[in-house]
Amino acid sequence: MNKKLNSRSDILFPILGFLAFLIVISFMLTLIIDVFIDGFEKIKDPSFYTSYPSRFPSQAGILSGWIGTLLVMAGAIFWSLLIGIPAGIYLEEYATKRGIFGKIETIIELNINNLAAVPAIIYGLLALGIFVYRFKFGESILTAGLTLSILMLPVIVVNTREAIRRIPRDIREGAYAVGATKWDTVRDHILPYSLGGILTGLIIAASRAIGETAPLVTIGALTFIAFLPPSPFTSEFPFIAPDKIWEVLMSPFTVLPIQIFNWVSRPQAAFQINAAAAGFVLLILTVLMNALAYYFRQKVRRKYIW
Amino acid sequence: MFSSVAHKKFLDKLMLAVFFTAGFITIFITIGIVYVLLSDSIEFFKEVSIKEFLTEKEWTPVFATKKFGIWPLVAGTFMIAAIAVAVSIPLGLLIAIYLSEYASVRVKEIAKPIIEFLEAIPTVVYGYFTLLFVTPILQKIVPDLEAFNSLAPGIVLGFMILPYTASMAEDAMKGVPQRIREASYALGATKLRTAVTIVIPAAVSGIVAGFILGASRAIGETMVVAIAAGMYPNLTLDPREPIQTMTGYIVQVALGDLPFGSIEYLSIFAVGLALFVIAFVFNSIALWLRSRIREVY
Repeated sequence: MNKKLNSRSDILFPILGFLAFLIVISFMLTLIIDVFIDGFEKIKDPSFYTSYPSRFPSQAGILSGWIGTLLVMAGAIFWSLLIGIPAGIYLEEYATKRGIFGKIETIIELNINNLAAVPAIIYGLLALGIFVYRFKFGESILTAGLTLSILMLPVIVVNTREAIRRIPRDIREGAYAVGATKWDTVRDHILPYSLGGILTGLIIAASRAIGETAPLVTIGALTFIAFLPPSPFTSEFPFIAPDKIWEVLMSPFTVLPIQIFNWVSRPQAAFQINAAAAGFVLLILTVLMNALAYYFRQKVRRKYIW
Repeated sequence: MFSSVAHKKFLDKLMLAVFFTAGFITIFITIGIVYVLLSDSIEFFKEVSIKEFLTEKEWTPVFATKKFGIWPLVAGTFMIAAIAVAVSIPLGLLIAIYLSEYASVRVKEIAKPIIEFLEAIPTVVYGYFTLLFVTPILQKIVPDLEAFNSLAPGIVLGFMILPYTASMAEDAMKGVPQRIREASYALGATKLRTAVTIVIPAAVSGIVAGFILGASRAIGETMVVAIAAGMYPNLTLDPREPIQTMTGYIVQVALGDLPFGSIEYLSIFAVGLALFVIAFVFNSIALWLRSRIREVY
């Protein structure tokens, strides 16, 4: 009698669990379809991508938004290459776990684990207090890039370490045996073999950062930007003007998520179409980046089977 | 190839220094956070007593008579987090048990990235969806639900934190050794019975750690609540009314022009400090619980 009841539970429960999963999928699909339908009118309009924001909803576009997003993300990726990835390499490949350096390593490790759990808006306060007011970088592309790179740091460090950890010890021993220094080994073996995994981490981190709104709102990013930063490119050799680069870094900006936030907060319903359209663009960017990271990961797994 | 041994050794030392510096710099992020939050909060508490901050029941920094009692913001924050957790835990547990105990490898391979994508969706898009889709639908079901409320953002956040409540719970349950399950099956227990009486108790610290991290994520989430919960500091337990969370207040003040050193500017750091402390406590509990997993087997 009891047996019958039990086996019935094993038929019913998977159905229940699968239904719960279906609820999640339909939630996600509803969100994507809702944003697409609401914004369709603007998504299909080419001038939406080439216009500045405007107080007339029908003329408003996301030109300064997506260019700002591009520049800020370029900055965030630059800082991640400079700090995040090397920090991950240090913790996984160089860390000795002995003596005074061992103590520092433990602190760095604990610190990065804790940073992963800090609410994003706190990074906005950090950037407002330090970069904007104490370093006087202002509400600039430089500040925004730095802020997002700090947000990306924990994800990048974790992924870099995982990618390096997958490389077997034999590779290192082999290199040392033929007289390679640590740096020789890292440059010729560790980096090439872990590059796929490290890039995957970078893309995943960037896909999270690209949609971040709260920290950038906190530093005081403007929502109405009807101009682009000056172009640092010139027609003469070396085709790039160093002094202009500084001007670009220090220029005010807006990014797609902030533009969306601004449009959602407007009372006029017409702006909601713009918000939905820009939201859909951002959503597609996120999907593409995650798909790319997924593809990279699969490829790396097949390429190196130790 | 022609580089001398000395040159090689120098380069090796130099690169060690480069990598170490990169790692060391990251410590300054935390130092910077603590410094900014503390120094500006201390300035704030010179003008507003800590006693008022912790005992006053009104938060009216933009009114003529300014009152700085943080409870309305804390209450708003926790109410939304509580709704999120109430939605997320049953849904997450069902999915976790299904994926870990019943689903085929193929279903799992598809399901996990989908669930984890919930965290990748930009929060501002969630905000739009909450305000213009979820709230209007809920208004047809729930009487007297206002356009800004804590119910709709809470429900949406419940889905958003599923990567913690479902995915992390599944990871914890996957970590339970197969032989323990086999022993249970051998005694005649069904899969469900094994899951409920053997696997979940064995994985409980990992599962609860996921719940707590999810709650912590809901507490720190900003855009959904800033867009859909209103900007009204309101000490209430009614999920149909507009409220304001701690994060929502920071956004509201930051949207205006902040004169450096003004009381409004300083107040967001005091609120930020409180938020940081709450997040830190939640995460410490979660880390402690997770470290316990390894002791079981």
